[in-house]
Amino acid sequence: MCGIIGVIDRKRRCMDGTGIKAALSMMNERGSGEGAGYVAYGIYPEYKDFYALHVFFDNIREHKGALDTLLDRWGTIVHDEQIKTYEQPNIRKVHTPWRYFFRPDRSLMPKSTTPDEDIVTHLVMTVNAAKNGALIFSSGKNLGVFKAAGWPEEVADFYRIQDYKGYLWLAHNRYPTNTPGWWGGAHPFNLLDWSVVHNGEITSYGTNRRYIESYGYKCTMYTDTEVVAYLVDLLIRKHGLSEKMAVRALAPPFWEEIDRMPAKEQELNRAIRLTYGPALMNGPFAICVANADSLVGFTDRIKLRPLVTGEHGDRLYISSEEAAIRTMEPDVEHITMPKAGEPVIGRVVA
Amino acid sequence: MTAVQIDAKGLHYTPLNQKIRAAVANGAHEIVIDHVLGQRFIGDGLRGDGVTITVNGVPGGDLGMFMSGPTIVVNGNAEHAPGNTMDSGTIVIHGSAGDAVAHSMRGGRVFVRDNIGYRGGIHMKQYMEKRPILVVGGAARAFLGEYMAGGLLVVLGVSGDPPITERGLGSGIHGGEIFVRGSVDEMYLGVGARQVAATDAEKKMIEPVIRDFARRFGIDAEPLLASGYTRIIPASARPFANKYTWE
Repeated sequence: MCGIIGVIDRKRRCMDGTGIKAALSMMNERGSGEGAGYVAYGIYPEYKDFYALHVFFDNIREHKGALDTLLDRWGTIVHDEQIKTYEQPNIRKVHTPWRYFFRPDRSLMPKSTTPDEDIVTHLVMTVNAAKNGALIFSSGKNLGVFKAAGWPEEVADFYRIQDYKGYLWLAHNRYPTNTPGWWGGAHPFNLLDWSVVHNGEITSYGTNRRYIESYGYKCTMYTDTEVVAYLVDLLIRKHGLSEKMAVRALAPPFWEEIDRMPAKEQELNRAIRLTYGPALMNGPFAICVANADSLVGFTDRIKLRPLVTGEHGDRLYISSEEAAIRTMEPDVEHITMPKAGEPVIGRVVA
Repeated sequence: MTAVQIDAKGLHYTPLNQKIRAAVANGAHEIVIDHVLGQRFIGDGLRGDGVTITVNGVPGGDLGMFMSGPTIVVNGNAEHAPGNTMDSGTIVIHGSAGDAVAHSMRGGRVFVRDNIGYRGGIHMKQYMEKRPILVVGGAARAFLGEYMAGGLLVVLGVSGDPPITERGLGSGIHGGEIFVRGSVDEMYLGVGARQVAATDAEKKMIEPVIRDFARRFGIDAEPLLASGYTRIIPASARPFANKYTWE
């Protein structure tokens, strides 16, 4: 059991982190104080052209030098600084969060059609697999993940997320069940533009992991959710699927449902299921995926986890609980429950 | 003291429930709770016939769990599992409710004006005079009455939208019955369930339940009573005998 909430302002009007902190804390019964986190899009306008790398260092003196050297080899560190944190009684600062604004050197990947993204992905995978006291947990442009082991309000106050202003937010309140809670295991999970929060359990993790690792991704966080971030990166960014088709691959209709579709639909859905069989995710889940332009929410195809949506003006809210949405926006309208396996998509229009 | 007002704004469910219990212990018959937002477990395990609790707002999950006797009226939507393992009493929801409504319910009545989520009435049961009832005014999502062992479930589709449009209806049902207003496409039936048209005698049996539902929401019962109903019942008393046991 975990609690999730996401909000997108379709006109890119920014909101600070106060509301989402209150909404997430309202769902404390869904967590266990072992992990909470937030991601906000639009927070670094002055550095929006550079990759914002958020890093957990075990120890600055021992581990930062190596990462600096690696980043220098692959591009330019435009700016770097410690991420400001504020001591909280119940958070033991076992890692030091750091941020880099990084420009990859495209000439180093001449054969790639997307050299910037491929260099950053390579760096994230290399650094996180090496486990040399550094973990890159956020690597997109103009966005940042803030997470730690603690309760939602503690983690929010630790980073003072009310000081950040974004047009798209995700937040997660963790109740780890299969592996111990730790800073890197807290959600959101991020790669490039993609951020993921997840309530549930991906029982097909082994199959999904083998599949995604065959494309060069490396799973290193001791928990299932990170495969979702890598799967959406592969399916949407690399293979060019729409968000809707990607969700169709991850949570496809049952065969007997496909058999009842019109011929053309059948052909499409069969092709998706056959092509992406190993990407199919089983088990109970409710997931929110974000990138710079959209927010997507969906559940497993037999709906074993809660998810409700609501709207207010230009804003779409997706959460585990209606009350959490109402905490952020008391005048929310059109509260609905998405159908099992069917995505709800909010897209920016400005 | 017969009427008590409680302001739940910012109140955690533990002190809220303590206030409710104290009020009932002091003889209150009317308890009105304002500004409810996400507090779980309201009225859980509460005993007291003749007590009415009005919840203004959106209560959290497991409303009225193990409750025995009181009536809870919600002016708003409810989240997951209102009426979970409820023993007796009534829950009336002026709105919709989340997944697993009336989960494992063993007695009493739950009335939902609009729609319910997935797995409504999952594992409802009955024993002798205890026969739980769930009535849904709108539509129900997939796996309605899953593993149902007893009790009565009625889905009305008052708004005109079809009450059942998803799979797994009565999946694993081995006791009790589900009444759906109108017809049900065979493809929505779950494993172990079968459908028959409700006879006049059977419709007569659910008439008081439909009248009670209509009265509580101030709607006209006559068109609902004039309609035809489909009855979903177990295909056999032990639908999975061959799956889990060897004879």
